[in-house]
Amino acid sequence: MIELVDVTKTYGTETTIGPVTTQIPAGGITALIGPNGAGKSTVLTMIGRLLRPDQGSITVGGHDVSATPSLTIATILSILRQENHFITRLTVRQLVGFGRFPHSRGRLTPECERHISEAIDFLDLTALEHRYLDELSGGQRQRAYVAMVLAQDTDYVLLDEPLNNLDMQHSVQMMRQLRRAADELGRTIVIVLHDINFAARYADLIIAMNEGRITEMGPPAQILTEDILSRVFHTPVRVIEGPDGPLAVYY
Amino acid sequence: MAETRTAAPGLSTTTRPPTPGDAPRRTGPFVRGRDRVRYAVVMVLLTVLAVGFTAGILAYDNPMPVGSDGFWRIAELRATSVAVILVVAFCHAFATVSFQTATSNRIITPSIMGFEALYVVVQTGAVFVFGASGVAMVTGTTQFLLQAALMVVVATMLYGWLLSGRFGNIHVMLLVGVILGGGLGSLSTFMQRLLTPSEFDILTARLFGNIGNADAAYLPYAVPIALLAGGALWWRARRLDVLALGRDAATNLGLHHQREVIVVLVLVSVLMAMTTSLVGPMTFLGFLVAMLAYQLADTYDHRLLLPMAFLLGYVVLSGAYFVLRHVFYAQGLVTVIIELVGGLTFLVVILRKGRL
Repeated sequence: MIELVDVTKTYGTETTIGPVTTQIPAGGITALIGPNGAGKSTVLTMIGRLLRPDQGSITVGGHDVSATPSLTIATILSILRQENHFITRLTVRQLVGFGRFPHSRGRLTPECERHISEAIDFLDLTALEHRYLDELSGGQRQRAYVAMVLAQDTDYVLLDEPLNNLDMQHSVQMMRQLRRAADELGRTIVIVLHDINFAARYADLIIAMNEGRITEMGPPAQILTEDILSRVFHTPVRVIEGPDGPLAVYY
Repeated sequence: MAETRTAAPGLSTTTRPPTPGDAPRRTGPFVRGRDRVRYAVVMVLLTVLAVGFTAGILAYDNPMPVGSDGFWRIAELRATSVAVILVVAFCHAFATVSFQTATSNRIITPSIMGFEALYVVVQTGAVFVFGASGVAMVTGTTQFLLQAALMVVVATMLYGWLLSGRFGNIHVMLLVGVILGGGLGSLSTFMQRLLTPSEFDILTARLFGNIGNADAAYLPYAVPIALLAGGALWWRARRLDVLALGRDAATNLGLHHQREVIVVLVLVSVLMAMTTSLVGPMTFLGFLVAMLAYQLADTYDHRLLLPMAFLLGYVVLSGAYFVLRHVFYAQGLVTVIIELVGGLTFLVVILRKGRL
């Protein structure tokens, strides 16, 4: 379980995120949604201890993320930011291999190799594993990054807009793979999403944020109402019945 | 294209054919076998060149018959230059590669942090205040160690202050480094303008990095200190590999990024203090060898990058020294040539890359 108590972060004098107090249950996919600047990514990066909150405490699986040694946290939780740019030239397999660093400190064991191969296979990168990242398309590269955090073998996986720059086909693939990671591997996945319909289709829990605070939280069926969505996104949204559940229409 | 897929997207991986040849799937610093072979070949070639240039420096144009007592005496005198070149190449290679990894930037070098400028100010200040006799005050073992300690302390304070708290940002630190370097440089230039021509002449002789004017008395201190600092970096090589992924990825993988960067920068400052105090500023040597090492080794693994950068540095320095000093009798030009080549490479890389 991820628990946030009175977490705040202030940027400059105007923008304040929080106070946020919430609990994200273990297991399944939790989607953070909201308009730009609502603080979704900020909350996610604070949970992933890449950003230190000004106040409040965050615990993941019972460990306080700011007090626990970073290496211990790295075996419990992994986080992937939106932009990833490395100065070193890496192949897919080398990148995924870095995911094992918290367990092996760089000395890869046969078990590590097994985890690496599994993560690569899981994201359908088997044929590309010896290709350099700069030779891949945006979607393939994105999958390689996700494979790295999966190879890290953590109970909690935080992803900041993993569907960014992905086309329709690859967005659907990515979400299905994440769904499988949650169902088959038992991971707890927290994900920032822009497309409400992806959240409705694949997430177990939706957290809606607005102006730095959590305004709504619940299963998709509860969040997917015209009233709530129009309020969250500041734009008129209609909800219609689709083949796989409710669909938000806002175009 | 590898992107084409017949199976339904996201289906289980059993639909995928196994990897060709069913060889055990391994993760290593090299992708193909021939990359490993190329690395080994390059290392062997560099070693051969290094041995050749060393022999050249020691024995070329030695007036005494080979093997005689006098021959060894002359070779022994020249061995000091070899030792100095070793220390300088080691320091610049290890410092620059580690620095570029810690800052996740392959353009900047430790010189940008104002090290050379600090050295120049200390030297110029001594001559400015005490006249030509001031040169004597900045030479000597105690002064050497004091100057090195001063550099490390200044650098550590600067990094510690800039990287902690609200300035916790590598770009701010680099900006301050550049401005500090420029400011100290201007201060030196100002003082140099007020010197008499003879004082200025003595000063210039000291300021241009020169393997010939390095004091052998410094070596017993410089060698172990450089070895210790370099050894510490070597010991952290696997962490450096992760550090190169940048702040967010390194933190995700369990490194305390800020602490790691400060430790690396302190070690780098020790190395830079050793080489700068020994032979003076060499702005582009580190850049040149690091750049070449990345190109030739083509791996992320610092345990392969660091030795190659060191060997490259030694070959470049000893080669230039041998050719210019023993073949053309123009040893003062060694650093000038290296700076010219290094500087040109720097410009080409920046122009081709188009950004920092």
